[in-house]
Amino acid sequence: MTLSEEELAEDLSTGAPVRAPSRARTVAGRFFRSPQGVIGFAVLALMFLLAFAGPLVSPWTYTDKDFTAFMRPPSSRHWFGTLQTGSDVFAVTLRGMQKSLVVGLLAALVSTALAAVVGAFAGYFLGWTDRVLSWVTDLLLVLPAFLVLAILSPLFGSGQWPLFVVMLALFLWMVTSKIVRGMAISLREREFVQAARYMGVPPVRIVFRHVIPNLSSLLIVDATLNVSSAILTETSLSYFGFGIQPPDVSFGTLIAEGSMTAVYAPWTFWFVAGLLVITVLAVNLVGDALRDAFDPTSARRPR
Amino acid sequence: MAGFLARRLLNYAVLVVLAASLAYLVAATALDPRSNYADRTPKPPPAAVDAQLDALNLNDRTPLLQRYATWAGGVLRGDFGKTVAGAPVDEELKRRMGVTFRLVILGLLCGSLLGVFVGALAAVRQYGWFDRLSAGLSFLVLAVPVVVLANMLILLAAWANQNVFGRQLLLVSGEYSDGLATGWWGQVVDRLQHLVLPTISLSVGLIAVFSRYQRNMMLDVLGADFVRTARAKGLSRRRALTRHALRTAMIPVVTYFAFTFGALLTGATFTEKIFGWHGLGEQLIDSIFGNDVNTVAAISLLAAVAVLLAALAADLLHAALDPRVRA
Amino acid sequence: MSPVRGAAARPVSGEGGVGAPVLEVSDLTVSFGGVRAVRGVSYSVRPGEVLGIVGESGSGKSVTSAAVMGLLPPGARVTGSVRLHGQELIGAPDRRLNAVRGKSMSMVFQDPLSALTPVYRVGDQIAEAVRVHQRVSRESALVKAVELLDLVGIPHPSERALAFPHEFSGGMRQRVVIAMAIANDPDVIICDEPTTALDVTIQAQVLEVLKRAQAKTGAAIIMITHDLGVVAGFADRVLVMYAGRPVEVGDVDDIYYRTRMPYTVGLLGSIPRVDRGARQPLEPIEGNPPSPAALPPGCPFAPRCPMRIDPCEAAEPPLAEVAGGHRAACIRWEEVRPRGPAVPEDPGGLPPLRVRGERTVLEVSNLVKEYPLLRGAVFKRRVGTVHAVAGVSFDLRQGETLGLVGESGSGKTTTLTQILELTAPQEGSVVVLGHDTARLRRSERTEIRRDMQVVFQDPLAALDPRMTVHDILAEPLRTHGRPGSARRVRELLALVGLDPSHAARYPQDFSGGQRQRIGIARALALEPRLLVLDEPVSALDVSIQAGVINLLDALRARLGLSYLFVAHDLAVVRHIADRVAVMYLGRIAEIGQVDAVYGAPAHPYTQALLSAIPLPDPVRERSRARILLEGDLPSPAHPPTGCRFRTRCPKFRAELTDAERELCAGVEPEVRPLGADQGAACHYADRREVV
Repeated sequence: MTLSEEELAEDLSTGAPVRAPSRARTVAGRFFRSPQGVIGFAVLALMFLLAFAGPLVSPWTYTDKDFTAFMRPPSSRHWFGTLQTGSDVFAVTLRGMQKSLVVGLLAALVSTALAAVVGAFAGYFLGWTDRVLSWVTDLLLVLPAFLVLAILSPLFGSGQWPLFVVMLALFLWMVTSKIVRGMAISLREREFVQAARYMGVPPVRIVFRHVIPNLSSLLIVDATLNVSSAILTETSLSYFGFGIQPPDVSFGTLIAEGSMTAVYAPWTFWFVAGLLVITVLAVNLVGDALRDAFDPTSARRPR
Repeated sequence: MAGFLARRLLNYAVLVVLAASLAYLVAATALDPRSNYADRTPKPPPAAVDAQLDALNLNDRTPLLQRYATWAGGVLRGDFGKTVAGAPVDEELKRRMGVTFRLVILGLLCGSLLGVFVGALAAVRQYGWFDRLSAGLSFLVLAVPVVVLANMLILLAAWANQNVFGRQLLLVSGEYSDGLATGWWGQVVDRLQHLVLPTISLSVGLIAVFSRYQRNMMLDVLGADFVRTARAKGLSRRRALTRHALRTAMIPVVTYFAFTFGALLTGATFTEKIFGWHGLGEQLIDSIFGNDVNTVAAISLLAAVAVLLAALAADLLHAALDPRVRA
Repeated sequence: MSPVRGAAARPVSGEGGVGAPVLEVSDLTVSFGGVRAVRGVSYSVRPGEVLGIVGESGSGKSVTSAAVMGLLPPGARVTGSVRLHGQELIGAPDRRLNAVRGKSMSMVFQDPLSALTPVYRVGDQIAEAVRVHQRVSRESALVKAVELLDLVGIPHPSERALAFPHEFSGGMRQRVVIAMAIANDPDVIICDEPTTALDVTIQAQVLEVLKRAQAKTGAAIIMITHDLGVVAGFADRVLVMYAGRPVEVGDVDDIYYRTRMPYTVGLLGSIPRVDRGARQPLEPIEGNPPSPAALPPGCPFAPRCPMRIDPCEAAEPPLAEVAGGHRAACIRWEEVRPRGPAVPEDPGGLPPLRVRGERTVLEVSNLVKEYPLLRGAVFKRRVGTVHAVAGVSFDLRQGETLGLVGESGSGKTTTLTQILELTAPQEGSVVVLGHDTARLRRSERTEIRRDMQVVFQDPLAALDPRMTVHDILAEPLRTHGRPGSARRVRELLALVGLDPSHAARYPQDFSGGQRQRIGIARALALEPRLLVLDEPVSALDVSIQAGVINLLDALRARLGLSYLFVAHDLAVVRHIADRVAVMYLGRIAEIGQVDAVYGAPAHPYTQALLSAIPLPDPVRERSRARILLEGDLPSPAHPPTGCRFRTRCPKFRAELTDAERELCAGVEPEVRPLGADQGAACHYADRREVV
């Protein structure tokens, strides 16, 4: 309290963001100190690089067909070999990876956002809001997601994959939403939320300013893990022809094709399957490392 | 208690009705049974097709709501309609339920028991080599989709049959071999040969999931005061862990078991389809391809009932195991 | 019990005392990954002796006891020696330790709610403790369990043995844990804050049970606590810990009356005392206890010590003998003097009444709040009605502090919530700042929200962990559209004694006391007229608590505030309140001017409550006759007919005739005035001095 007024003002205006040990930075620090976080992140970055920069260096595009090489093993001409149609496995795989990554990321984002809003509102307001929202959640949980997606799959053809993303997200958010609801109920009783309420802060603003931000660790981790489940779901659906529609390709369609020829042409199956597993594994590693980084108990010491 | 149960069951009934109706309406709108007749040679006359579709309540020229009413009326009487081939849906369903049940119960038992064992052991020796190994393997397994895993297993089995066993020991397609004349014992062996791969494919993922879950639950409990009390009484570490920690940590896992069971009734879809088991999951995929609206709707209804009953069973089990909840 | 006086604190000693020491601890250190939590603790206890270990949170007192029991988590490194009957326990194989734990040495833990396995019956858990060490059949172990339950004072022991832990109250569970601890006639019982989680009347019961258990087993007791009051009446010798080390050891009287360590002096001076009227400011210890990872050089207490001189920072002072059996770790121990006389004498009569203010800021009349009583987590169903608040009336004038005290289940928190919600109460009325809450328009409600602010119990929980202090303090200003928040935030921080340049930090970066100051600053942001304080100091260590109490007192005088101060600690209330209302089971038992109520309480419940509070004064503690209440608080779902207190009332039980009792059982007493400003809800109210 010996500082002069000017010094104080300066302190508050300029020094503030620099000096504050911001939570994001702490979490990032903890994340990058864990080996699995670093490995997961690096691998994932590599996968993205491969998916989006790889096609630039490949001599073939995913629509090209080499009519001189059907079902050829990997060679200098076709790095991952070719398919029965003469398509270059490398080009096709990268294209499939692009699609799967984009679909996975978007679906995870949409579903987590949905889960956060629905869960937080249900949990904070309770009463009728909760009853209605929980009921909708239950209904979607009961509805066999696979079936609805499969039936609607003809709609996803010809560049309509964003619709597929939305539908995928629509069946991914319920469980998270239930968890968010439960946590929102307990947050509602927390004293800082009550403090805001007794201060006169409007309820909707409390939800967006106090409730959802305080669930952000859960939501970020959940979004990460949803990326992997979205990719897996997409793969399974596409495997049976219910997801990404031709001429577009994704991991799922490629694995379906590859599994039929895998016995005598292993390159048609193992490259795709391997990349898929590595991608999902990396996403899961990142998610797990994030959870540890967010969880203060991982740093807790016994008294 | 009774009133509560009744209210809950009523809520469930409403959910089931809505889910099934939605599934029916979506299926009836999106699927096109008429196209089944388009490829036939000779091409049947339109009137005959209409008559056939009418008989099956699948005619898209009948207003949707009218078809729905007919279907719903039938369901209320316990009649799920006919498949596109004209056979009653429920008979087919019953047969296939048995098949799926056999597969799921075995896979789930293997998966959960092994998973709980692995998870508990990993938690007790947290950060030991076993914990690390099991964590790594779970991560790997969880990153492999069933469709890939199943195909890998098939490839592996083909290789093993050829190079290790020298004969067809692991069978990759169907539940049993047709026309086998080796007596009762031979049939059992044959069925077992067919069962190995699908069960593995189903349980490997479950082991991973259950072991992670059990490990987390166990870690929560390990630090609990009551375990310390048990040790302060003079119980050995092993006894305190099994009698006090494991028993308490098992409660949520058993609950989860019941829940998984309900979800798996249709969740074994991929395994069934790939291994050629004629179960509900396979039928679901086939019926979508075959534009079989009534079968699709019936399976949805069954899945909804299974999920809700499993949720109820999970709660009941929870109450049975945990005196705090029972009170 | 045969108290051992004058026994030396040295681990091995031949002088005086009854028999050889049962437990000798010498030079015990515990470190977690390089951080030393315990740094050289030595003590010994003899059969039947009670050793009190006192310290604030983080002083290493609980780690010490866990190390003695061999129950530390795997990451801990322990050195030194722990000898039980001369046998070394540190480094002993697990089998040996298992044979000792629960047999010769047992433990009672702090939190009774989580100390019992939730899925087994209480009787079985005690029987298990018996069967681990004795070769007896299941049946006889169960019989023994029932006997033990009876011994620790659980009514209907044979029925209750079949109940699950969650069906017991906190106090009853702690009795179960004690029963388990004495199941095998141990020689040493380690009690780790056994009463901290309990209400004060239940604490008195549990301490009584512990005394009985000790009498039965003849065991030595090591009593770990932060409460200097509990130890004063219970312990024979006391060891004061600070920053992982003993800083003063000695006979209980030496510690309290011939204190030789400035930390102990500070600790004793900062305790609010229920026996001291005439509000005098408490003397807090400056600063915060050091973190074990970053100890200051030299004496760890030096940065907070009022007597610090340069040599203090040169080396850590050893625990030196200052008198027979009394040792202190201070180089200036000869100059250390305990603070003045324990009780300011004002014999006869009560201090003059203060005149109450004119304007009423809060008026609650006949407030009623009932909740549905739900059972079961899976099958939720309503099984009754909880009468949480059943007709409560009081008022609060401008510039006044009303203390609302009661134990858990008394309905004080419900009353508070009803006031804060600003909605029409179920029955009765709440008038806040001249507005009846039943007829509030939206704009009026916003206006009241501005003029009435709240400070919560747990300062960390009350501050959004994701917002900086600046944002936290600016939130009320923004909500009510006040401009110029940056300047006001600085003013507020300075007002509560914090450095205004810390506005950019997060609440987690502050210590408990500082966080509570932030909470107070937020409440003051809008210049309110009424402050509702919900247990504002009960989560803080004693030495920190005193500073916050003083701050609140100063702010009220300076800003002309009115306080509604809810607390369970009667001593704190005596220090800060002008008037006090004592609640029991949803009703007000007694209300009035603080000095009148504390000096001569009229309601039997107030009398019992005040007499249950332990004083940090060994001589008075030993001579005090305690009014013990029987059993637990009745369930608010089924309150007794007539007077709600009659089922536990010592007067009803012992003094009244059958004819007089009929009135208690039939008619619920209303608060009747007894003096100038004192009223009690008792048909047979009778003022009497109990402290």
